[in-house]
Amino acid sequence: MKSSSGFSKFFKVATGIAAGGPILIVLAIIIALLIDSIPVFRFQGFSFFTGMSWDMGNSYSTALTIHGGEKAAFGASFGILPFILGTLLSSLIAIVIAVPVALMTALILVYKVPAPLQRILSPAIELLAGIPSVVYGIWGILVVAPFVQYNLAPVLLHLGTIIPFLGGPIQTGFGLLTAGLVLAVMIIPIVTATTRDLLAQVPKLPMEGAYALGLTSLEGIRFIALPWIRRGLLGAVVLGWGRALGETMAVLMVSGGAANMPTNIYSAVTTMASAIAADLDSAMNDYTNMSVHAITGLALTLLVITLVTNMVARLLVRIGRKSSDMEVQA
Amino acid sequence: MSMVSPNRTIFQSGFTANKNKRRSISLLFWSIAGILLILVLGIVVLILGTVVYKGLPGLTLTTLMTDTSGIAGGLENAILGTLVLIVASVVLSGVIGVLGGTYIAVFARPGIASVLRFATEVLAGVPSIIIGYFGYTVMVVQWGFGYSLLAAAISLGVLTLPYIVRTTEASLRQVPKTLYEGGLALGLTQEATLRKVMFRPALPGIFTGLLLAISIGLGETAPLLFTAGWSNFNPTLTLVHNPIAYLTYVVWTYSQEPYHAAHQLAYTAGLILVLLLLILNIGVRFLQRGSSQS
Repeated sequence: MKSSSGFSKFFKVATGIAAGGPILIVLAIIIALLIDSIPVFRFQGFSFFTGMSWDMGNSYSTALTIHGGEKAAFGASFGILPFILGTLLSSLIAIVIAVPVALMTALILVYKVPAPLQRILSPAIELLAGIPSVVYGIWGILVVAPFVQYNLAPVLLHLGTIIPFLGGPIQTGFGLLTAGLVLAVMIIPIVTATTRDLLAQVPKLPMEGAYALGLTSLEGIRFIALPWIRRGLLGAVVLGWGRALGETMAVLMVSGGAANMPTNIYSAVTTMASAIAADLDSAMNDYTNMSVHAITGLALTLLVITLVTNMVARLLVRIGRKSSDMEVQA
Repeated sequence: MSMVSPNRTIFQSGFTANKNKRRSISLLFWSIAGILLILVLGIVVLILGTVVYKGLPGLTLTTLMTDTSGIAGGLENAILGTLVLIVASVVLSGVIGVLGGTYIAVFARPGIASVLRFATEVLAGVPSIIIGYFGYTVMVVQWGFGYSLLAAAISLGVLTLPYIVRTTEASLRQVPKTLYEGGLALGLTQEATLRKVMFRPALPGIFTGLLLAISIGLGETAPLLFTAGWSNFNPTLTLVHNPIAYLTYVVWTYSQEPYHAAHQLAYTAGLILVLLLLILNIGVRFLQRGSSQS
């Protein structure tokens, strides 16, 4: 008995240590990125965030560019604004496309599609969430990019006279719009599934009351269901956005990979996540090591943006859930 | 509550009494929703169709049983490498995750539990490329592991850990606390109560979490890019200084090459990934159905 209670104690301590794992890992990541990115902030200053030129410099030159007491390869300049813009714009396009589609898909699945059919269709849509991002990348290369180049862009070009960002030139089909479309497909299952779960929590009685008062099903949704899930829905959207911000491989394969400021919706761009993946190899050739520090700074910036986004999302989903719980109890 | 009563909202928004107009607006809305639903399902079919159509011609026994060489050859090393990586990473994250989830669900005080749960959610939100980059700077460079099974498996394990913690905690929470207390009251030790009373009903849920972790690990590329490296040979069980092949690398790198043979390998690797994920997905659904019935 005594020895087994000793084992119990050991077991409890082991579970406690394991439970501390995630918090330790998160802290370790933040600290490691912070320390390793200090040199680039010293070298580049605040223009790290506002600079429009990302250039690792000439690593064959023996001359050095020195700034803020830090050495970097000749002509090096590390401004990550093009990556920040690429990330924000591509995820914005994704959200603008994905949210209405996901919301309406979830609504029709919950309120109109017969239950047996719903049990087949919902998993089919959620299947999208499990497809590897490199497979999305292939699909983007084979299907979406040609579709954008030859079908979608020529149509959108006509709107270019009204909306400046839609004007040409079109370039290759690999760019902002294609990345946004692929990202949209990647987050549709997330938003659809979360919205469907939220809609399932909407109490039956008020909805039936709405129908009894002669409201159409659309009005019932607009005045009962949507106000009920409002906060949770916002949380679902931000959650999907967080996913789009951090996506690396699919974007890397379809965004065109240019470190320039985008001039229109067809411009080749690079996002922060895909820039890390794309540039680390060449950064290793920089003997001053400043390029690697710059990539660390990029990673830190991306981490902060996604963490804030995710925390806001989870908070909204939780508040949304709590307020609906309280309504049920009242 | 902040929730406005439905009637007031309706009157505020200029509720029109014209029934036909309201009905047709509703009908229009549902027609658009129907079209969008079909569109989304169409995209699912289109993606799967593209992968099957492009990948199937390369799916031969020779492909499965030959190593890659240069830009051609087969996928044996990549398939085996992916399997080794998955097993190693899920052993790591499975042990830590199940233990950690148990602590949060059973032992932790509510305040501590919510802090730990929050940290787990935060880790789940860290982009996978950052986990990969962290793995590179810390394990590959500083600890001197080099491109290796160990660095790659730990990176993948870190990525899948939050999902296992979360599902373990949720499944244990579904077991009534009175069962746990009853076990203790009967004189069982904490560990024995957990093992005999709590884990049995929670097992399908925990197993679902492990399958989820496997399917996430299977499809990831970003955390492996700078930790696993790449090898044209079958994986050995050497832990460090030994690069290892994996399937998603083939999809990503070979689709960028200008050769047909390379493209074919990339498509076939994509098809194998999708097939494996489909099998896992069906397994998860099967488990969930089984656990919700019992």
